[in-house]
Amino acid sequence: MKIYWELFSTFFRMGAITFGGGYAMLPILQREVVDGKGWCTNEELTDYFAIGQCTPGIIAVNTATFIGYKIKGVWGALVATYGLVAPSFIVIGVIAALLQNFASYALVQNAFAGIRVAVTVLILNAVVKLLKSSVVDKLTACLFAAVALASFFLDLSPVLFVLIAGALGVAAKVLWKGAAKK
Amino acid sequence: MIFLQLFWEFFKTGLFAVGGGLATLPFLYDMGERTGWFTAHQVADMLAVSESTPGPIGINMAVYTGYTSAGPLGSLCALVGIVTPSIIVIVIVAAFLKAFRNNHYVEGAFYGIRPASTGLIAAAGLTVAIGALLKTELWSGWERFWTVLDWKALALAAVIFAVSKKWKKLHPVFLILIGAVAGAVFRFAGA
Repeated sequence: MKIYWELFSTFFRMGAITFGGGYAMLPILQREVVDGKGWCTNEELTDYFAIGQCTPGIIAVNTATFIGYKIKGVWGALVATYGLVAPSFIVIGVIAALLQNFASYALVQNAFAGIRVAVTVLILNAVVKLLKSSVVDKLTACLFAAVALASFFLDLSPVLFVLIAGALGVAAKVLWKGAAKK
Repeated sequence: MIFLQLFWEFFKTGLFAVGGGLATLPFLYDMGERTGWFTAHQVADMLAVSESTPGPIGINMAVYTGYTSAGPLGSLCALVGIVTPSIIVIVIVAAFLKAFRNNHYVEGAFYGIRPASTGLIAAAGLTVAIGALLKTELWSGWERFWTVLDWKALALAAVIFAVSKKWKKLHPVFLILIGAVAGAVFRFAGA
């Protein structure tokens, strides 16, 4: 029982002190999980991150699930994951409740109009960073442009784009492998 | 039954949003449009709150959206919905770790999905930009297209962009703070 509590409290702490998730969590995971608890090695952690990035879902959550699973199987995975997301649930719940009460104030409305401008810049910067890692050749450049345009102008579900792009990616790799053999 | 619907919508988001953080953004827009639970403006506000509070952005977005749509129980349903696919997928992958990492098909699928995911985020970003930087209600045709430009907002965007480039390590919460203060002082919403 003690190990479950340790898993929950360790990941709860991490969820409470990291802003932004993703790579922001890596140094804290290294300190807490690798150096502190010895639950996995640095190499394993890097692997988990790499896989977390190319599997569906949120990277920080995927990494917590991995470590929990390694320590105590499916129950360990559940305990670690819910430990990580519990602080979000509490903090955001309180903020959402407060904001709903203050949303009609002029000051809050003006502030959020300014905040949306800041968010625009944040998204722009994030897209530029993502472009560097995801657009690696002509085909991926076309895919990016086609999906961006189609998703903006057409009323289609993002799920559809993800499925088609995945299928195209597999097709491209298979065709190239065939071409390389000849 | 909004709770079941919230769980299902966020389950789909958790299953198809690849690449973390902002990857949930296009799914939230789509969800808001289809269900009417929240507007595009509200999604941008939620993103600002999620970036300024501890915890993974995608999780914060789910909790906030769930709360806005159906209160505390709604946020719990959204939260469980978004983490469940992760738990299922990772437990399966963990069991076949080595085979998964070197699999040609998996590699190929993600080679295609990564740029598509970036494209989806870019399109969602464009929607945010239009809401934040333009006054679309003043549109009067292409020959007078400049009437829709919100100069105050464009100037603020330029300032925040410059700050984010000058101090690259600066935490996003400071950029959001600049936006909030400027918006309140210069009455960005006209309220």
